[in-house]
Formats: sequence, structure tokens, C-alpha cells
Amino acid sequence: MSEISCHPKTTELKSRDPFLNGLWKQNPVFVQVLGMCPTLAITNSVRNAMAMGLATTFVLFCSNALISMVRKIVPKQVRIATYIAIIATSVTVVDYLVKAISIPVYKALGAYIPLIVANCIILERAEAFAGKKPVVPAMLDGLGMGLGFAFALTCLGAVREVLGAGTFLGVSLFGPHFEPWVLFLLPPGGFISLAVWLLTFTLWRERADRRRQAETVKLEEPAVEVYS
Amino acid sequence: MSHEPLSHIFLDAFLINNFVLCVFLGMCSFLGLSAKFSTAWRMGVSVIFVITVSSVLSYGANQILVAVHAEYLRLIVYIIIIASTVQLTEMFIKKESPGLFRELGVYLPLITTNCAVLAVPLFQTSRNYNLVQSTVFAVAASGGYCMALVLLSLVRERTELSDIPSLAKGTALTLILASILSLAFMGFAGIGSSGN
Repeated sequence: MSEISCHPKTTELKSRDPFLNGLWKQNPVFVQVLGMCPTLAITNSVRNAMAMGLATTFVLFCSNALISMVRKIVPKQVRIATYIAIIATSVTVVDYLVKAISIPVYKALGAYIPLIVANCIILERAEAFAGKKPVVPAMLDGLGMGLGFAFALTCLGAVREVLGAGTFLGVSLFGPHFEPWVLFLLPPGGFISLAVWLLTFTLWRERADRRRQAETVKLEEPAVEVYS
Repeated sequence: MSHEPLSHIFLDAFLINNFVLCVFLGMCSFLGLSAKFSTAWRMGVSVIFVITVSSVLSYGANQILVAVHAEYLRLIVYIIIIASTVQLTEMFIKKESPGLFRELGVYLPLITTNCAVLAVPLFQTSRNYNLVQSTVFAVAASGGYCMALVLLSLVRERTELSDIPSLAKGTALTLILASILSLAFMGFAGIGSSGN
């Protein structure tokens, strides 16, 4: 059960700062492609997407902190079971918390709050980071990954709400004569808008890579000329 | 107690609200394990087995939890049931058919983090299904998952040979294919007399 992440991609820690690493370089949705169920299901409005992102951030923060605290006590064989028990407890807390803060949001998120337990990002972070590192970096990592997830969800939610309903955070953008593109609120719109976001990110990252390569070539050129 | 007819529950979970293409459950394995037909159908069949068994067990567990007024433990109990069902399935297949176990080995633990498996007990509890309704719901939902996985894997095997821009290869292409499949499934909305 060690290869618990749903995707075979391994996450090497590249940045020194765990917070920025989760937020941007190893963004859970756009780079690692993890946690797809809430990403596609809850992003039909910006408000729901933000609520889901923040709920997941809270769970990640709590579970990473607790798992990092108990990492030296728990034997290796039962660690996955312990992680799942800790995560399920955090999710139960969030479930009651959201219900207490806002009933409309609770109804909109529905079954997807308890389903945070099965979100692969959380178990993946527990296995790859929190189970090995001290408490403070683990907390930062949870916060960064969670906010990166929330950022990605908000991006997706913005596209779907603006195109599918003509509103942003419930405020009408195009006036009363706008004919909304309802397909974007329905499941196919979710798939296609995530595909377009992924394409945009891949394109952007490839460009950045090429620019970096061009720069290193330029730096090396004078040295080559000396030898030739 | 819910009075939905069994045929309606079946159609609804299998086609109209297909777990993968319309409710977005089990996306990770749907995107990750649909590259080849041979792995896709094996994964689908083992998910049908795990979901059906854990659904029946969770129904029993929920009756006990309601009787002792401990509903807040529901989520933790369900997760433990699923994890142990997966473990049992693994042990059972290992003993009965070592050949199949070797082929499925890697995918079995992944079922624990498949949210479709957790969603079935949660949905049957919130819709107040009785034991028979729960079982039909579990079989239909997991059958729908298996069907979607197999359909996507067949399409993906075809795209292996086509000329695709390198940028779109991988997850982006799979998502576009899934979007078209899901568009086709939208056509099933409205089947059944009572509607949604």
C-alpha cells in the first residue's frame, strides 16, 4: 500500500520552501493531476469551488500536522490505517464545521465533504511528506498544497461560472440579454474546461523550459568560442 | 424508507447518473487505469465485487450505529469496512487464483482510495435505501463504473495509433475523450417515467 497515490508520477521535493512548492511548482491539480473528483464535480460555481478548496486545505493542514506529530510512535505496518483514521477524523470535524457556518454551502457540496477522505492528495501528502518530516514543514506543506488546490479549483470554477451562467460569484456580468452556455455547468463542460486548463499550463511550462534552456546556451556560448 | 422501484434505481445509477461520467466519482482510476482494455475490465470487475460487498456490510453497520445513536462515527466505520473488504478480496483472490492475483496485484490496494467505493454507502444511507435497494444500487453503480472504464479504454487504445500534437498527449487528451463520452451520456437524462 505504499504506492497509494492514484497516479504513477512520483513527487520529488524540488523547492526548498514547502509552502511555495505546493502552491505552484507541484500544484496538486495542474501539475500532479491528483484529486480529480472534487476538482470536476464542485467547480460549477466560484463560491462552491472556494468552499471546497478551503475545506480540503483545513483537512490537509490538520492531518499533516497530526501525522507528523505521531510519525515516530506509529509502527510502519499500521501507518496507512492510522493515517486514514486521522484523516477521517479531520473530515468529520470539517463536515460539522461547514454545516455550522453555512447551510446553503453545505447543501451545495453535499456528499463531497465526506468524500474528502478518499481524496488522493491527502493520503499522498501524508505518505510522501508528513510521515517523514518535522511538524512545522509538514504544516507549511499542508497549507501550500491545500491553497494550491483551492487556487486550481477557483480557476476552473471561474471559467465554468462565467461561461455557463454569465455570473462571477453570483454577480451578473453580461447583462440580461446574455444567453448562458449551460453545457459548461454540466459534466461535459467540467471535463473540457479542465482539459483546456491543463493544455494552457503545459504550454506555459514548455515555453518557460525552452526559455531557460536558451538562456543556459547563451551563457555557455562564449566559453565554447574560446576553445574553438 | 425509500419507495423507489428497483428498476428505477438500477437505471438511474447505471446510465442516467453514471457514477463516472455524470457524478464525477472514481476519476483518478478512470483517468489512470483506462490506457489498456485488459487492465480496465479487470479493475472494473474487482471494483464491482468490492463495492457490492462493502455496500451490504455498511448497510448492516449503519443499522447498528443508528441503534446505539453513534451516527457521527459513520464515516470512519465505512472507511474501515472498505479497507478491510479490499484486504479480504486480496486474500481471497490470492488463495483461490494466484494467476489472477498476480495480474491484479497492483490495482487492488488502489481501490481503497477510489471515492466511488466510499460514495455508494454514503448515498444509500442518505437516500434511506433498504437492504435490497442498496444491493441493486451498488451493483448498478459499480457496473456503470466498469462500463465507463471499458468504453474509455477502447477509445484510448484507438488513439494510440493516431497523430496527436505532443502537447495534448496524456491527461489532456483523456479528459477531452471523457468529455465527449459524457456528452453522449447526457442523452440518457430523462429515461424513466418518474424522472429526477
